[in-house]
Amino acid sequence: MRALDDLLRECAPQVLGAVVRRYGDLDTCEDAVQEALLAAAKQWPVEGVPDSPAGWLIRVAARRRVELTRNESARRRREETAGRMPDAVEPRGDDELTLLFLCCHPSLTPISQVALTLRAVGGLTTAEIARALLVPEATVGQRISRAKQRIRASGARFEMPSAEEWAARLTAVLQVLYLIFNEGHTASSGAELSRVELTAEAIRLARQLRGQLPEDGEVAGLLALMLLTDARRPARTRPDGGLVPLAEQDRTLWNSTTIAEGVSLITGTLRSATIGPFQVQAAIAAIHDEAARPELTDWPQILQLYGLLRLLAPGPMVTLNRIVALAEVDGPVVALAELATAAADPALAEHHRVAAVRAHLLEMTGDRAAARAQYRLAARRTLSLPERQYLEARAEKNAERS
Amino acid sequence: MKYLILIQSNERSLAVWAKLSDQERMDFGRGHMELSAEMGSAGVLVASEGLADPELAKWVSVRDGRTIASDGPYAEVKEHLAGFYLIDCAGLDEAVAWAAKVPDAANTEVEVRPVLDMSQWDM
Repeated sequence: MRALDDLLRECAPQVLGAVVRRYGDLDTCEDAVQEALLAAAKQWPVEGVPDSPAGWLIRVAARRRVELTRNESARRRREETAGRMPDAVEPRGDDELTLLFLCCHPSLTPISQVALTLRAVGGLTTAEIARALLVPEATVGQRISRAKQRIRASGARFEMPSAEEWAARLTAVLQVLYLIFNEGHTASSGAELSRVELTAEAIRLARQLRGQLPEDGEVAGLLALMLLTDARRPARTRPDGGLVPLAEQDRTLWNSTTIAEGVSLITGTLRSATIGPFQVQAAIAAIHDEAARPELTDWPQILQLYGLLRLLAPGPMVTLNRIVALAEVDGPVVALAELATAAADPALAEHHRVAAVRAHLLEMTGDRAAARAQYRLAARRTLSLPERQYLEARAEKNAERS
Repeated sequence: MKYLILIQSNERSLAVWAKLSDQERMDFGRGHMELSAEMGSAGVLVASEGLADPELAKWVSVRDGRTIASDGPYAEVKEHLAGFYLIDCAGLDEAVAWAAKVPDAANTEVEVRPVLDMSQWDM
């Protein structure tokens, strides 16, 4: 059953892409493909998998799509013309990619892009998406149908974006895949099972995308970043769901096969492709993953990479992570001075992680009372429950020793 | 990101309510229903409910494995939670924009609280 499930998921975007290319309307085609997938799930275990699974699904979906629209009498004549040749729809290599680009259309909000991508490209049911995103099924259903309406209203066609648009659209696609990955990359034990599937789904989609764009450095960079981050998952949480920071993780639990794949991917890419933010983040993750013990971490190189990332894709997290690396290279006093300058920026002043980083640096200097106060402040301001527990524990630790 | 929009009932909100005409009360109730529908079709609504009178509440505690449900100290309560909207949207700005549409915001005020989430954390 697992193999059949995987096969269907594998075929889904290709089939949907082919049918949308032929008929144009994502809305009805998506319903038709869902029904074709259901039919396959029932028939194939009994009758055997057809020689061309995608071809079978496309034929059934095309026929179903004609039936669905035929019910609307106003459209009857047009649909009957189309209905004569459902078999003429052939899968084409770039359909999946076009579909992914369509799901990440700029007229949609990021949460809608995520829902639609999971449904149309990932082949997940609304119920599965709802469980994974921890929202009610009705909410996900609304997001998807609204997204499809918006795409239709925007007049978007089933075609690749123009050359001018290409870079921005690919960036949006990569962001959506990374969002899906981060949704799943959680520390909560209760929600863990369903959300791990989301991580796996993001990696699967990134692999698919890389299959279609093997030369693109950022696609490879994103896949490498996901692999190198996901490899640490077994060591990231305690059995009680509490977070284990990087420096305290049991590195023997890290998945060495995944790390090897991620490292070789990013190493090969850095040599040949134009550099971009995902590649730099993957390179940083690779350096962490390659250190058998925390004290073996190549901090000077990490500091250099954060410097590069600050130029390519500046943001509060990049600034703060660079300061943490700076503390490892030049000491906490230098890093605290840099943090004071950075925190003057209004974009960063309110960020709760400023307090967390300040606490960490103060702890390094040995000023436990000040560190404790900053850990408490950071714990109050964070919205992440595991993070709050971690920060409170750090505050306690500094109270005990002072 | 999930946000809880809390609507309190207190002396000020009761004073406003007392002054409303029947028509205004109808519009107020309809405003809540329309907002729920609008949130639903925007794909942000997780749950929204109005709460029954606190006099109907039970206060539950467990001691030595025994469950005790009592009527509680409702007499002194001057303010209580009257209803809520739980929404899942892009960020605080959007949550505030939704909260501004809650009919109560025009009379008194509503509170927007971010929900703790399970996001990742790497030092």
